[in-house]
Amino acid sequence: MQAEKKKKVIKTIRIDVDKCNGCRACEVICSSFHASPKYSSNNPARSRIRVIRDPIADIYVPVYAGEYAVAECAGRDKYTIDGKEYDECAFCRASCPSRSEFKEPDSGLPLKCDMCSSDPTLEKPLCVQWCLADALIYEEREEEVSEETTVDELEVDLDALANKYGLNKLNELLAKMTLAKKG
Amino acid sequence: MRYAETGFNLEIDLTRRNIERVATDPTDTALYMGGLGTNAKLLWDRVPPETDAFAPENLLIFGAGILCGTLAPGCNRTIVSTISPLTNLMAFSMMGGFWAPELKYAGYDKVVLRGKSSDLVYIWIHNDKVEIRDASHLKGKGAIETAEILRKELDEPKAQVSAIGLAGENRVYYASIEQGRSSASRGGIGAVMGDKGVKAIVVRGTKDINVAQPAEYLKLCNEVLEFIKFREKNPIPGVIPILGVLGSPQEMAIHDEKWHTENFMWGNARTRRKEFWTDDVDKEWLKTMEVSRKRLISCYNCPLKCGATISIPGLPTYMMKCFSKLTYTMAAYSNLDFGLRIAQRATEYGVDGYSAPQVMAFALELLENGILTAEDFPGMPEDSDGRFYWLLDRIVRREGIGDILANGTHWAANHIGNGAHEYAHNNIKKQEQLPLKLSMLNPIYFLMYATGEKISITQIEGQFPQGPFPELKDREEFCADWFQVPDEKFKQYFLDWEPRGEKSNPYYPTVEMCCDIVDWQERMHYIDDALGMCAGLSSFHMKAAYHIHNLPKFITYGAGIEMDEEAISFAAKRYRTLVRAINISRGMRRKDEKPPADHWKKRFPELEKELLDTYYKYKGWNNNGIPTEEFLREMGLDYVADDFLQRGIYDEVVEEVLDTETKSMEGANNAG
Ligand code: SF4
Ligand code: SF4
Repeated sequence: MQAEKKKKVIKTIRIDVDKCNGCRACEVICSSFHASPKYSSNNPARSRIRVIRDPIADIYVPVYAGEYAVAECAGRDKYTIDGKEYDECAFCRASCPSRSEFKEPDSGLPLKCDMCSSDPTLEKPLCVQWCLADALIYEEREEEVSEETTVDELEVDLDALANKYGLNKLNELLAKMTLAKKG
Repeated sequence: MRYAETGFNLEIDLTRRNIERVATDPTDTALYMGGLGTNAKLLWDRVPPETDAFAPENLLIFGAGILCGTLAPGCNRTIVSTISPLTNLMAFSMMGGFWAPELKYAGYDKVVLRGKSSDLVYIWIHNDKVEIRDASHLKGKGAIETAEILRKELDEPKAQVSAIGLAGENRVYYASIEQGRSSASRGGIGAVMGDKGVKAIVVRGTKDINVAQPAEYLKLCNEVLEFIKFREKNPIPGVIPILGVLGSPQEMAIHDEKWHTENFMWGNARTRRKEFWTDDVDKEWLKTMEVSRKRLISCYNCPLKCGATISIPGLPTYMMKCFSKLTYTMAAYSNLDFGLRIAQRATEYGVDGYSAPQVMAFALELLENGILTAEDFPGMPEDSDGRFYWLLDRIVRREGIGDILANGTHWAANHIGNGAHEYAHNNIKKQEQLPLKLSMLNPIYFLMYATGEKISITQIEGQFPQGPFPELKDREEFCADWFQVPDEKFKQYFLDWEPRGEKSNPYYPTVEMCCDIVDWQERMHYIDDALGMCAGLSSFHMKAAYHIHNLPKFITYGAGIEMDEEAISFAAKRYRTLVRAINISRGMRRKDEKPPADHWKKRFPELEKELLDTYYKYKGWNNNGIPTEEFLREMGLDYVADDFLQRGIYDEVVEEVLDTETKSMEGANNAG
């Protein structure tokens, strides 16, 4: 079936790694915004932006959490830029089994950057607002895209759980919980 | 629920290899806040004055400030407190960087070390899992090297590491604790860590830190960021560049060093080189900086970028901040290239960038003047740069003359005798100071030098301009947006302050005004040290982002402890008094409270006496610098008053001192 074309605002963050000073303010404010209630706590380990940071090697890469990946990549690439060798996963946005980035520290559930979605919408994502070094620049543009099905957060989480424990186990657990709730 | 703090300390007994997670008493937080305040309380309670630095009973406390790990920009200080081997007094050095927030996320406010491990160990804190691990493979390794090895070995690239180098392992009295881009350097705390057999403390934490009133707290933080942006665009006019903008002195970013190189002293803090900063020097140093400096870098959650990554071709990369850029260079009469090179080695060894260069210059001066001889320096190169490397290598290994020099200029002079004390001329309370020698006594600075118990001028000054502005209209302009003052009277003090004439140094600001000014400046530093706030955004600056009007709100909204200006000032006064009480119980008295005799050429003994007399009274101390019984009880420090009474501290006969000579304070059992 041919998807209908639709105008969509593409939100981008331009990342200038040369300007990053490694302060992690972006992580701090991100974790605070996504706390519930909002801003009630801080924990960079919950943030949806991570600064891949190796000061001695002069490596600073702010990375945003993207899609959840079921399995780790089969092959990996190493980049050398300006004589600096970047870790295999340095630029990857995936929340994936191979690493601890972009997962809730206690549940292991995947995290994904939502551009600080909130009501009313913020003028700019908060990481951008808190990066006074201008390493993160927010841009919007319109593009024509085919309509896509949106996957909501719960679905992503469930999917991750299913992958981790198997669908059967999850079904069993859900059945049990339903019974328990009914009392 | 506890807000901002975790409510737990990690108590580690190294002798018995026992680790405990101990809940802390929230009433202590209300009384002493956190960081330095509660560190001081622990030291008072558990380290009696008979205990010296290297006794197993001495504690080494790594205290995160109460607001570290929250959204507050630049709030990242670890306050390290212990008894100093150099002074036998309480040492409290602070470091920025990333360690304190990480500790909070791991679930602890402090790490308290006691006892001694017989083998070299490191401590690995990963949330609830805490281990004492073997560090024999790290023996002799550099501090930065150690951090890199441990992060790899543990496969924890996000772990934060505080480590000592060879200097700490060998108990050099001015050994530092290094933490990547930051270090806690003063008072020989690295030696205490080495003495306890701890090479490093590695922390990784992934837990939450809560704040009490999120919306209000966020608003405060946003206001601070707005102010930081404003100041960046609008430096304060009429002051030297490092004071015009926020941050720890922007030594890594600002290239023009005319002011420091021509106003600070070279060699063993003696020689001023008035015409030093020529075009050629400017060009050469700029080139050095451009080749070596890879990036300006910040501490945790701060936009100020006060540090830099330095990569000199052929040497391992390290990170530098502040004034260590110049201390080695100037002590050795050398150039910036040398300064950056030797600082690399010194950082790996882990030594205080103020004391170490001065000790070496002192040794060479003794040689030059025949108090030490060539035999004391077998095999030392001829050139100045080479000599400094040679000396540094020997000091951190305690080899030959290095063993004596490793105890600092004061103790080395004691040991060497033969008039060597004349050369240990730049100390306060046995600790080497910035190499500054000036002409006319500044009464405000006199009081700060004499009574500051961090024994470093940069850790008590700030807030009030260092000198008068020549023109009234400039002073008026300065006062126009000076909202940080706790009281309007400070503006008047400044408006009336003239470079010459009746209302100039040393008799203006008047003695009473000086008391107000010094007390305000000191109070702001003590508040920062409890909160974990960087002085570079706060107390070190005139017109800073943090000040007496917003700091109490940070506590209220962040930690959920009701505070206003009066309450925060009262709390700060309480633990500031406790710091003094610890030092008084260890023998510190009025006779020890004096700047180096040659700090100013023009001294005014009568006035200085009046300044101290009045300031002591103002602070609630008797004429010997001891907090009075009445004042202690007023502060709620009855336990201190009772202890002082019991020890007969109030029965001492106060000797009249009116000399400006450097009389050394002979601590009891500290020479070894
Ligand atoms: S806030 Fe900006 S400068 Fe700081 S770590 Fe994030 S991207 Fe880098
Ligand atoms: S002002 Fe400078 S020293 Fe202070 S926290 Fe910020 S970067 Fe660190």
